[in-house]
Amino acid sequence: MRLRGLIRKEFYQILRDPSSIAIAFLLPVVLLLIFGYGVSLDAEHVPIALVVEQPSADTASFTGGFQQSRYFEPVIMRNLREAEEALMARRVSAIVHLRSDFARQLRQPDGAPIQVIVSGVDANTGRLILGYVQGVWQKWLQRQALARGEALTMPVQLDQRVWFNSELRSRNFLVPGLIAIIMTLIGALLTALVMAREWERGTMEALMVTPVTMREVLIGKLVPYFILGTGGMALSVAMSVWLFDVPLRGSLWLLFATASLFLLAALGMGLLISTVTRNQFVAGQLAILTTFLPAFILSGFIFDIGSMPPVVQGITHILAARYFVAILQTVFLAGNVWSVVLPNALALVLMAAFFLGVSRRKLRKRLE
Amino acid sequence: MFWRILALTTKEFLALLKDKRSRMVIFVPPILQLLVFGYAASFDLNRIPFAVYNEDAGQASRDLVARFTASPNFHQVATLTHEAEITPLVDAKRALLVLHIGPTFTRDLLKGRAGPAQAIVDGRNSNTAAILLSYVNTIVATFNADWQQRNGGAITPAHLETRAWFNPNLLSRWFIVPGIVGLLTLVVTTLVTALSVAREREQGTFDQLLVTPFRPGEILIGKALPGFIIGFFEATLIILIAVFWFQVPLRGSLLTLYVGLLCFVLSTVGMGLMISSLAVTQQQGLLGAFLFLVPCIILSGFATPIANMPHWVQQITYLDPLRYFLVILRGVFLEGTPFHLLLDQFWPMAIIGLVNLALAGYLFRHRMY
Repeated sequence: MRLRGLIRKEFYQILRDPSSIAIAFLLPVVLLLIFGYGVSLDAEHVPIALVVEQPSADTASFTGGFQQSRYFEPVIMRNLREAEEALMARRVSAIVHLRSDFARQLRQPDGAPIQVIVSGVDANTGRLILGYVQGVWQKWLQRQALARGEALTMPVQLDQRVWFNSELRSRNFLVPGLIAIIMTLIGALLTALVMAREWERGTMEALMVTPVTMREVLIGKLVPYFILGTGGMALSVAMSVWLFDVPLRGSLWLLFATASLFLLAALGMGLLISTVTRNQFVAGQLAILTTFLPAFILSGFIFDIGSMPPVVQGITHILAARYFVAILQTVFLAGNVWSVVLPNALALVLMAAFFLGVSRRKLRKRLE
Repeated sequence: MFWRILALTTKEFLALLKDKRSRMVIFVPPILQLLVFGYAASFDLNRIPFAVYNEDAGQASRDLVARFTASPNFHQVATLTHEAEITPLVDAKRALLVLHIGPTFTRDLLKGRAGPAQAIVDGRNSNTAAILLSYVNTIVATFNADWQQRNGGAITPAHLETRAWFNPNLLSRWFIVPGIVGLLTLVVTTLVTALSVAREREQGTFDQLLVTPFRPGEILIGKALPGFIIGFFEATLIILIAVFWFQVPLRGSLLTLYVGLLCFVLSTVGMGLMISSLAVTQQQGLLGAFLFLVPCIILSGFATPIANMPHWVQQITYLDPLRYFLVILRGVFLEGTPFHLLLDQFWPMAIIGLVNLALAGYLFRHRMY
């Protein structure tokens, strides 16, 4: 009964200052739209300079491969200097250079060198571009061999199978990861200030003289924001499936069960920040620092955790987002794989218990 | 006027730094984050866990597998004997790659036919999968070339000679660490400014400030200066760590870098103060800070290139001050870009900053409750 009163009071507070509702529903929509459309690692239409010093039938057959590829937007140039200037000015990302003796060299035993220069500023894109150039080159070799009436046999021709995401669509893995980031933000933003606000305004002291227990205060804070957060989660899942066409191969109930665990951990962290600082300003600063960037960089959402140095990998274990990202990417793309879901869910339970437990301990009916 | 602004700035600094926890929050986490993120944020893969399912007993397949185990990029975690073992291993994320070599591999190679080999890759993180496949292809290509040389296969008529400018080994750390300089400068200045006016409004002290002889412009400068000074100080610290700890080459001039930093801090302080003066409570200020910070970072090209975004999203990125600063940072650090080629990056940031500061100053008086 007392608990219900507290929850109702919290709901009124949410409804009167619409910023909480905005956090739960506006934030996921805005962020998913920006992320979903804005974040992509698939480079297409890469501007590339093709330097052909002496056009001939051979060079035309080679450059034709670039013109047909959807990965490239080629510009033909006559000399290397012009192309190098374009690379410096970031008008092109790579240069493919065929020397004037290309046609003659082709018929020599050593073969003709094709010079490829790529801008290494963005190393990841640079490597992707090199891979695409290699693809065009190999296709050209095959066409040449066919034209001569022989089959080009490479000793090992690798048959590549990419499981779970066969066309390597980066949106399929980014959008589930995003849900984890958005839920981290929602969880911390909703609760980071609520306890501190009661302390700052002196209403905490008023609460203390009433018969409510501190556990009831904590639960009273948790329940309304948990409901809001679940709403935000449902909205995010609906958008990823219907708007971004991400396949959901696992079951919906598992998604929501694990999301509830994660939400408890995220809200618990916000409550802990709030309880410990007792000051909205510092709590707000801490929330900005400890939520978004760590979840963005250390959760495995975009950067592979397995390739980080061991010390940094150790640090990633204290982030709830890390476990949730693993669960989300698996449940969305691979299905209900219990060997991934169970250990990560267990970690989430432990983190939720830790944050809520410590908040409960720090929250005493005592004034300083 | 000078003394009044000085007094106000002193008061702002006291408000920020008097509280020990607040002092900690502003200085310690950004430096720690730079160190952790600098190591964590990389697209380069190493020690990729992989498993081998080799049905062939011949020399050639052993040679191919040995090339994988010898590579620092790969780390063998299992040797499989049945096809049925593949699925649980990949599902549980214990191996990102399974190399499956057919029983006739060596025999086919010796007969001059293509040997059956298959690479099964976990595509849950499609970027990791694409990079991994490029590593696999490189190893297979050198294997092919060596095999042909030894066993006299067909000679390819043309070959690629590849070079990467500015970053010869294509280290993604060189790309990411300058980006982190911009990221953390953004976070720190937002931290200092986004809640400052909102706090005074919530506590009612802002009304008192407005009835003092201070003009709005003076209040604005007083509120902006701490953000400026702290942002500059921390950015310098972060640049030093990037150069001396992470060994990222700094090829351009420091002057260009600092003119860029000045314009950038101007724009972020302006944004922060604008959000802060729009908010009535700190809760709203915090929401505003996130609604500004997150898109700003995502759309800046920090981790994913702007060129990959759809056209209409690319148009939006022109409003993002971090976008311009990242071009300057990467240009000055890696390419040694001269000042005049970066002019187009300086002025948009300055305009974003001035417009927002003007708006903030206007809101000081015109948003009262």
